[in-house]
Amino acid sequence: MTDEIEPLSLNVPEPGCRPGDTPDFSDFEIPRAGAVPRPPVDADPDSIRDMAFSIVRVLNKEGEAVGDWAGALSTDELREGLRHMVTLRTFDARMQTAQRQGKTSFYMQHLGEEAVSCAFARALEDGDMNFPTYRQAGLLVASGYPMLTMMNQIYSNAHDPLHGRQLPIMYSSKEHGFFSISGNLGTQFVQSVGWAMASAISGDTKIATGWIGDGSTAESDFHAAMVFASTYKAPVVLNIVNNQWAISTFQGIARGGVGTFAARGHGFGIASLRVDGNDYLAVHAVAKWAAERARRGFGPTLIEHVTYRAGGHSTSDDPSAYRSRREAAAWPLGDPIERLKQHLITSGNGRRTATPRPSGDPGFGDFCAETGRGRRHPGRWRCAQPARHVRGCL
Amino acid sequence: MATEILMPALSPTMEEGTLAKWLVKEGDSVNSGDILAEIETDKATMEFEAVDEGVIGAILIGEGSEGVKVNTPIAVLVEEGESYDATAASAPAASESAAAVEAPAAPTPTPAAAAAPAAPETDESPDWPEGTEVVQTTVREALRDAMAEEMRANERVFLMGEEVAEYQGAYKISQGLLDEFGSKRVIDTPITEHGFAGIATGAAFAGLNPIVEFMTFNFAMQAIDHIINSAAKTLYMSGGQMGAPMVFRGPNGAAARVAAQHSQDYAAWYMQIPGLKVVMPYSASDAKGLLKTAIRDQNPVIFLENEILYGRSFDVPKLDDFTVPFGKARIWRKGNDVTIVSFGIGMQYALEAADKLAEEGIDAEVIDLRTLRPMDLPTVIKSVMKTNRLVTVEEGWPQGSVGSYIASEVMQQAFDYLDAPVVTCTGKDVPMPYAANLERHALITTDEVVAAVKQVTYR
Repeated sequence: MTDEIEPLSLNVPEPGCRPGDTPDFSDFEIPRAGAVPRPPVDADPDSIRDMAFSIVRVLNKEGEAVGDWAGALSTDELREGLRHMVTLRTFDARMQTAQRQGKTSFYMQHLGEEAVSCAFARALEDGDMNFPTYRQAGLLVASGYPMLTMMNQIYSNAHDPLHGRQLPIMYSSKEHGFFSISGNLGTQFVQSVGWAMASAISGDTKIATGWIGDGSTAESDFHAAMVFASTYKAPVVLNIVNNQWAISTFQGIARGGVGTFAARGHGFGIASLRVDGNDYLAVHAVAKWAAERARRGFGPTLIEHVTYRAGGHSTSDDPSAYRSRREAAAWPLGDPIERLKQHLITSGNGRRTATPRPSGDPGFGDFCAETGRGRRHPGRWRCAQPARHVRGCL
Repeated sequence: MATEILMPALSPTMEEGTLAKWLVKEGDSVNSGDILAEIETDKATMEFEAVDEGVIGAILIGEGSEGVKVNTPIAVLVEEGESYDATAASAPAASESAAAVEAPAAPTPTPAAAAAPAAPETDESPDWPEGTEVVQTTVREALRDAMAEEMRANERVFLMGEEVAEYQGAYKISQGLLDEFGSKRVIDTPITEHGFAGIATGAAFAGLNPIVEFMTFNFAMQAIDHIINSAAKTLYMSGGQMGAPMVFRGPNGAAARVAAQHSQDYAAWYMQIPGLKVVMPYSASDAKGLLKTAIRDQNPVIFLENEILYGRSFDVPKLDDFTVPFGKARIWRKGNDVTIVSFGIGMQYALEAADKLAEEGIDAEVIDLRTLRPMDLPTVIKSVMKTNRLVTVEEGWPQGSVGSYIASEVMQQAFDYLDAPVVTCTGKDVPMPYAANLERHALITTDEVVAAVKQVTYR
């Protein structure tokens, strides 16, 4: 006896929203701020498995810092943090414009993701080494790397510290713990584990951090990094920046059937958690926890920073071709700069003034203004200049 | 009839061994599978079995003999009732000189013959019949049209890669294909060249004809294990039972201002691999005709495109099913003074140089190889026999370049026709710098090709 069997067909996942659709994040589960408890830094990965399915958040809707993870930074440090993020956004807007003016061939901005790298940098110590991708310049800005030096590289001029050899934005500073960025995705992730293992072998106290985007977790390097980090309990913090889009490919393509990217860590027995990537306080608190855990020899941590790439992938990208232009404004975790500003005001440590807006930068929730208008574009989203045909990973 | 039993190689690396113990003696009858002897290698002691049945006529190498070379006769097997005639067989003598016999005598050099080889036969037929209507088409459109035509004709053909579907290709090569063929045949992949090259190779093993688009061949470094160790080898290793009829395509070489990790030319890398076919077109008609041929080929084909050429327009014949065969060079320009051989974007420098040289009265013949494996060397050699001078042009690095292979072949096959050493024009021996002024110095230029021609023509 044989049952009738339907012919097989291939499953191709689709994002919830394409150009012209109304963005809908109602399925996106966001726990209350303060709802996720802070475990001890030596917690057994098994005992915190549920953290891979929740989101560590500190700032609530009212801008108050609540829960176990709050209270790690002083008011001065928070003010400085806000300054770092605004600096990065301003710098990005200026450089984005410079690219459109033909002053550099290429640029990648952080719009909407400033908190991730700016807050993380504060959890590290001198001598630690970041293995970043191309959207973590906040690590440099927050560690005092001169913007002038960054611009010298972007303009590839006589003062370029890399002597005209490397692409704009692919910075490199050993002194600032910023390993030379590789344009070929994923390689830095497994190399960060190797660097961390070397620190352990040498009996040092330095830790490494690896950075990777949601899309690149599909790379073999990601999986190899996890195996080695797990086996050798490497002193490393492994960061997945889930900004929802790998150029035009939505995060579901790389994530596949697993519930969250952080949950990938479970198969490796690595402490894995998710954090609100647009909450400066939460990113910093989680980074501090994971860095201490690594430095004290309790092993690696996998952190999924849940955020949203509000701008284009690069100056060669026009996101309106593949996602709704209203999606960024609908993103439920808001603008990291506005949220920290609100917190400082609410807690009586800030004055209610307009966020310093550089010319050409619209502020969050108004991303169409990448055109440089600072106002929602009435018509179709357009670049100030049409992008050249898109250059691959660049 | 007597059969020699030879010292076996019991591991792939074994060259000699010790004949530790005989388990048979002269006069014993043996059947296939009987254990004849124990043989020690540097790794282990292994039993050696009889392949054929018969009677041990003679044992030629005694027990305990060390350093017995593989393939040395160690015993002689005769048929039932037959006796072994040692004088006729002279086996011991053969064993002593086994090494000498293995090396074939070098053929006596025949300089006279080498000096005057007949001009090789070449196919100089045009790519399309005279009078065919042609349409100005960009390389980008030509590649898309080739894929679309083959996908219409054969439902086993599909395209996969990063950004090929929704985004219409990172370089817009797959424009319109998602709309026409749907998401099951135009597939956006997760970002893992190693992963999707492996998936595609598996799909090709299953009988489909994948076209794998690499966003650039720089990223295919990750996938090179699947390409070379699996796709290129399986048809061979399976004795022809199963293979990987597929195409790996995408931009290769320098674009502009994309620096060290994104500007590399892999022509010479892939060209070396048996089991692959390697195509590097210059014109739109070649892009179309060769990609269609590539998709139909039963072997994995490396199809090296160029970002700068994507937007260039060329004549493409208006034919229902236009293809260009592999291994047939195209002579773009006939000439008598010097042969310039190139392929891909190198053709741009070669043709520009030929124009400049013509103004100075130097008449260059310009050959576009179009496919690097198979390579149409006969056309190159025939041309060199006429012009007696050769310059090769490519964007890749000098050491182990395509040009150095061509120079070596021409030296071996047409040495006496050369009136000057071959000059190979290549990119400079440095990672590609980002800064525009430095990049200009790293790339090959038309002026360098002109200078090379003047060098070989002593002008």
